[in-house]
Amino acid sequence: MSEPTEDSVRAEVRSWLTANWNPELSLVEWRKKLAASGWGAPHWPKQWYGRDLPVKFNAIVDEEFHKIGAVGVAKAGIRTLAAATILAHGTDLHKEKFLLRILTGEDTWCQLFSEPGSGSDMAGAVTRADRQGNKWIVNGQKVWTTSAHKAHWGLLLARANWDVPKHKGLAYFVLDMKQPGVQVHPLKQMNGHASFNQVFFTDAIVEPEFLVSEVGDGWTVATTTLMHERRGADGLRSWATASTAKGRIYEEERAEIATTMEPYKWYPQRAGRVDLVLERAKATGKFADPVLRQEIAKLLIMSKAAEWTARRARAAQEQGRPQGPEGSLGKLVSSHVARQAARVHTYITGSDALLSGEDSPLGGVIAEILVSVPATSIAGGTDEIQRNIISERVLKMPKEPSVDTDKPFKDVPRNITAS
Amino acid sequence: MRFSFTPEQEEFRAGLRRALEARSPTKEVRRLMATDAGWEREGWQKLNRELGLTAVHIPEVYGGSGFGYGELGIVLEEMGRGLLCAPFFSTAALATTAILNAGTEEQKRTLLPSIASGETTAALAFSEDDGRNDGAGVAMTAAPSGAVYRLDGTKSFVLDGHTADLIVVLARQPGSKGEDGLSFFTVTGDAPGLERRRLKTMDETRKLARLQFNSVEARLLGDAGGASRPFAKTMQQALVCLANEMVGGAERLREDALSYVKMRMQFGRALASFQTMKHKAADMLVDVELAKSAAYYAAAALDEGDGDITAIASLAKACASEAYLQTAIHAVQMHGGIGFTWDNDTHLWFKRAKSSEILFGDANQHRETMMQHWGEPS
Repeated sequence: MSEPTEDSVRAEVRSWLTANWNPELSLVEWRKKLAASGWGAPHWPKQWYGRDLPVKFNAIVDEEFHKIGAVGVAKAGIRTLAAATILAHGTDLHKEKFLLRILTGEDTWCQLFSEPGSGSDMAGAVTRADRQGNKWIVNGQKVWTTSAHKAHWGLLLARANWDVPKHKGLAYFVLDMKQPGVQVHPLKQMNGHASFNQVFFTDAIVEPEFLVSEVGDGWTVATTTLMHERRGADGLRSWATASTAKGRIYEEERAEIATTMEPYKWYPQRAGRVDLVLERAKATGKFADPVLRQEIAKLLIMSKAAEWTARRARAAQEQGRPQGPEGSLGKLVSSHVARQAARVHTYITGSDALLSGEDSPLGGVIAEILVSVPATSIAGGTDEIQRNIISERVLKMPKEPSVDTDKPFKDVPRNITAS
Repeated sequence: MRFSFTPEQEEFRAGLRRALEARSPTKEVRRLMATDAGWEREGWQKLNRELGLTAVHIPEVYGGSGFGYGELGIVLEEMGRGLLCAPFFSTAALATTAILNAGTEEQKRTLLPSIASGETTAALAFSEDDGRNDGAGVAMTAAPSGAVYRLDGTKSFVLDGHTADLIVVLARQPGSKGEDGLSFFTVTGDAPGLERRRLKTMDETRKLARLQFNSVEARLLGDAGGASRPFAKTMQQALVCLANEMVGGAERLREDALSYVKMRMQFGRALASFQTMKHKAADMLVDVELAKSAAYYAAAALDEGDGDITAIASLAKACASEAYLQTAIHAVQMHGGIGFTWDNDTHLWFKRAKSSEILFGDANQHRETMMQHWGEPS
């Protein structure tokens, strides 16, 4: 076997698709075929539905699918983070039980990490997992859980040992969400949407074989999940867009995507909708206002410079050079952009910014921007945590003094809200 | 190449940085800034000959190296970092660029080789006493007198105008208005009737001069009455050059302030261990990296002939103006009392940040330019 090249991969996937693509199949039937061929997740191992190809070829494979309108494996949502974590740390049993149904989209997943008492301090989780007889019994509460109400399985970070320091007492489980001990309630946000859930565990049960790695390794395994979340699960996870083609398989895919993407529908507004600013300024007749022009220009400078900075980071990555500091700034900069965009939209909109829903411009989009932007500087690592990361990892400044990492977790002061 | 440098460019930058660190320590900057000229011919010619600096973006046919604004930007960024006291910006970024934009083939062949080799230094005189940076603000007149012209009027804020061997002057046909009737002229620095006075500048590393022209003999550069467009182009190029110089200075300030707070002890711990310092340092990194991205992008956009260059050049300048000054303000603050002393070097860059903020128009002006170009229906 010679080394795969762009051309050889393209030719191979093309010939497989020509021979096998069949839009008359059901979505699951087709994806089972696809998973068996390895073309659904080409960078995965051969024995687990992949082809052992380097990640860089995924784009070529995607292109070939796109050309003939072939549907791919289920890519959106937390399921791809579950797959990446299981591939890295799971047993063969986990892989056999979960991976195929992740690719076919039959199972959906959620991530049970954040708690009311531990937001930025995720390793301070107090949801407890106690071994009783042959089972793990889980009690406690998780929060900010996207799609928990639909999920079949949850990736759970829980405390299994209270006598060791906080990072060392955690365990990582796969938890069956469809059981009496798990209750899911929607969490309504300040923008009126309820994209997340609170999940309550009352003597929820985990089978012992669904512990991932060892007790005490929970933090390491969770770090793997988070790492894949940050880099988009190596291109397998994507911001799904549905095909508009006709046919059964496309309809099934559209329904799946609509369900998976539903919680994210306000995310463009959260980022500030810089794209709307110039047209709104002109449409409202405010564009002649010199003060507004200054504010718009400040926004465009920030957003363009942010985009170019991200491109610098990507260029370094693509050329195999170590990223400079420019690679660590995007999250913090996106908060600045979103805030300035909300300011500008407010100036442009004037009194109409007092209104909401269908009384607000663009059918409520402007109002939604104004009340969604505050999420940007919190979700996925607050601005304050980002500044700590930048100063400690990039600028090599001293770490924050820690008062809770060297003693048994049971002795660490914590919030009263969690039991 | 808008988002990365080639290995050759990185190597060029590293060599330049080493040379400037050796030749332009702050002790040397302080010595030269206290002189009337602001630089020394012998030392500058030696450095320029060794590194081919004024030759960088001059085409090979005119005795240069034929590189673009990407490379010129690197030179300027490193000079801004090292605060080199030399008539480089005036010669290379302003006068050379104006000659390239406006001059006839024969004029370029005559004027540029000695600039490229470093024998001749040059300045571009466009602003007058009101400090405007646009062609329409020019009042100085040029009256034809046989084969030459006679210049009358005043130029001010002329970068290195008191020492330049060759001065490129923007003047207008008597009676013309606005952007019409503008022409470039060349005048020798020692021309009879030319009175040059160095202005006392806040930023002593950037010398400015006021030039009084009393019937000074001048030669036309390029087309009579056709300087409006080449001048506007020159200003765009100068903005991009300045933005690159500025981000070099800003990064140096940021690094120095960071080193200082890591070393400085108060309350029994390094200043850098206080979260308020860490967060400030992170914000400074964001400001500087964003401004670098804009400056690099703009230099590449010049090289690629981007149709949006007017807006992009103004964006890069506005972004660098805010970032450099904000970095300088933070840097003084992080140094505390010592940062306000003359002996501490921070003020050298603080003042360069301030002079750069204003030179060729402040951020407000350039944000408005951006809006005029990106805001109108296309």
